[in-house]
Amino acid sequence: MSAVMSSPTPSAGNPKAQKSEGVWAASWRRMKADKVGMVSMAIVAFFLLMVIASASGLLAKNWQKEVGVPNAPPTFMGPAPAEATGVIAQPKGPNVDLSDIDPLAPKYKEWEERASKFKTEDVVKAETLPLGGDRLGRDVLAKVIKGAEVSILVGVLAAVVATIIGTVLGAISGFFGGKIGDFLEWLYNVFTAIPSILLIFAFAVIFGKGVLSVVMILGLAGWPGIYRLIRAEFMKHSVREYVRSAEAIGASRYSRMFKHILPNVSHVALVQLSLHVVSFIKSEVILSYLGLGVGVDQVSWGTMLSESQSELILGYWWQLVSVTALMAVFVTAFALFTDALRDALDPKLRGLE
Amino acid sequence: MAAYLLRRLWQMIPTLLGVVLLVFFLFKYFGGDPAEIMGGLNASPEQINAIREQLGLNKPVWEQLWIFIKQIVTFDWGKSWATNESVANLFASRLPATLTVMLPILILEVSLAIPFALAVAAVRGSLTDRTVMILSTVAVSISLLVYVIVGQYVFAFRLGWFPVQGWTDSVWTNLTTYAPLPIMVAVAVAIAPYTRLYRTFFLDEIGHDYVRTARAKGMTERTILLKHVLRNAMIPIMTNISVALPGVFVGSFLLEVFFSIPGLGREILLAVNRSDYPVIQAFAIYIAFLTMVVNLITDVLYKLVDPRVVLK
Repeated sequence: MSAVMSSPTPSAGNPKAQKSEGVWAASWRRMKADKVGMVSMAIVAFFLLMVIASASGLLAKNWQKEVGVPNAPPTFMGPAPAEATGVIAQPKGPNVDLSDIDPLAPKYKEWEERASKFKTEDVVKAETLPLGGDRLGRDVLAKVIKGAEVSILVGVLAAVVATIIGTVLGAISGFFGGKIGDFLEWLYNVFTAIPSILLIFAFAVIFGKGVLSVVMILGLAGWPGIYRLIRAEFMKHSVREYVRSAEAIGASRYSRMFKHILPNVSHVALVQLSLHVVSFIKSEVILSYLGLGVGVDQVSWGTMLSESQSELILGYWWQLVSVTALMAVFVTAFALFTDALRDALDPKLRGLE
Repeated sequence: MAAYLLRRLWQMIPTLLGVVLLVFFLFKYFGGDPAEIMGGLNASPEQINAIREQLGLNKPVWEQLWIFIKQIVTFDWGKSWATNESVANLFASRLPATLTVMLPILILEVSLAIPFALAVAAVRGSLTDRTVMILSTVAVSISLLVYVIVGQYVFAFRLGWFPVQGWTDSVWTNLTTYAPLPIMVAVAVAIAPYTRLYRTFFLDEIGHDYVRTARAKGMTERTILLKHVLRNAMIPIMTNISVALPGVFVGSFLLEVFFSIPGLGREILLAVNRSDYPVIQAFAIYIAFLTMVVNLITDVLYKLVDPRVVLK
């Protein structure tokens, strides 16, 4: 019998020591166990693939072409009944021959020969489209995919901007404290005291319309929430022993902030990013509806909703339903994914579920 | 307590100053030129310059800022540049409309969300709980616009229960005829996130030791929930209400635009579009001040609700 254990024990000198799983590996393991989380992650990934396909031109490139009759109904509903042709009854039978008094009669043959030399394309507008057509006859399916690209891109980019600003400012404020911390606190108070609609309108006035403008507007209006949380985390961590030890071995302040503390705080930032994506997508929809969002030559879910309001009275419901359905699926999936992400990254928050 | 109150009031001043500076410079350098907007499309440059002189826009920047600060301190908000209506009058006439819609919304939201959340928290973990949570996530994911459009279409256009838009001078007519549809739409939108949030608060309380003790001592679940959990969860709920309170005074500009309600939110949209500085600045100060006062009152109320709280 040997008094020594047979399996290798983790020790400094032993090359076959067991590595304990890192934070991210543990989170991924927890994430895999959450069925709802995996399903929502798959749905979000599918949408992101669709966004990439649309942005690179594979899908919905010709969303602006008017391929259908105006307000074409969706295919499963069948074509719209033909409108009444008018009260005057069309006479049947051949027309009266007027060639003896018609001054243009000799020219007809020559004109027809000249015209037949040109190729004309007879554009047949489709009677029905897969998800219906809008009032100009554009395909709603293409529009909704392109709109998804714009709306989701705006939401994600704005959330990234807000998170970067909030994290950097929160890190500086939480780590240094003192005068600069007070100044940043004052800035935070000013930003949260101004009503958010005024802030958003003010930025809309500054930046104008367009995708990049909306990203800047939402990002600059949304950083205070993240700033608060990151600052609290940095204040907590900057007095911990591992940071003190890093200082003792000579790590610079920048290195301590972003190489040592930030990875331990990144789960908070990640969850806040996801939450803000959802809220910014909804804000973009409202901004576009008010006309402060994307330009007129672009389509987003908000512009589609603004069109659908007038269509609904006439009885054309397909644009409204398509946008609502797609947006509901994506936002729900993203929200559930955020919940699962939060549970996977920080199990201490579980139990509030 | 008096010292704490004084200190908090004193601390508001730098923030208010910051708000004034931010709003002033934002609109000065980036906003449209109000003289041009007021002059209209056919104004000649002399006319525009005359308007600018009259509004005091040709004075140096610090002088304009100083005039503005003097106005705030003496509560003289001046007149709107677009309509020449005194700003105080503007607020006084628009605020009741906003409040007629927003106050019932807040009251209904809270009084419906608390029992819902309590009921869901009582059956936590069960299928009902998860279904309700998923349903409220889906409900939240649908934009407010869709609720308004569909609400107007179904209840006003098709069923004819309410008018599509409009407002009157009589508070009673407003409350019974014109306000119900926007209130209904807004409550339907907000009830899901409030229920989710309050459910989190209740679950947090239920997880505490004293609930387990009470159960061990033989109390019914109902008494525990209604007498103990509800009271202790009121602090976060109160915080949540106080955060929403300044919003009540701002009004939902979307609701006001859709339903043609002459409220504050719509005024702000109009004022920003017209670069109407007095209205914009008065509004910013008013809301900033209100937010800080509401925060202060909430903190004081904490002390009343939970005597263990120490106000620093």
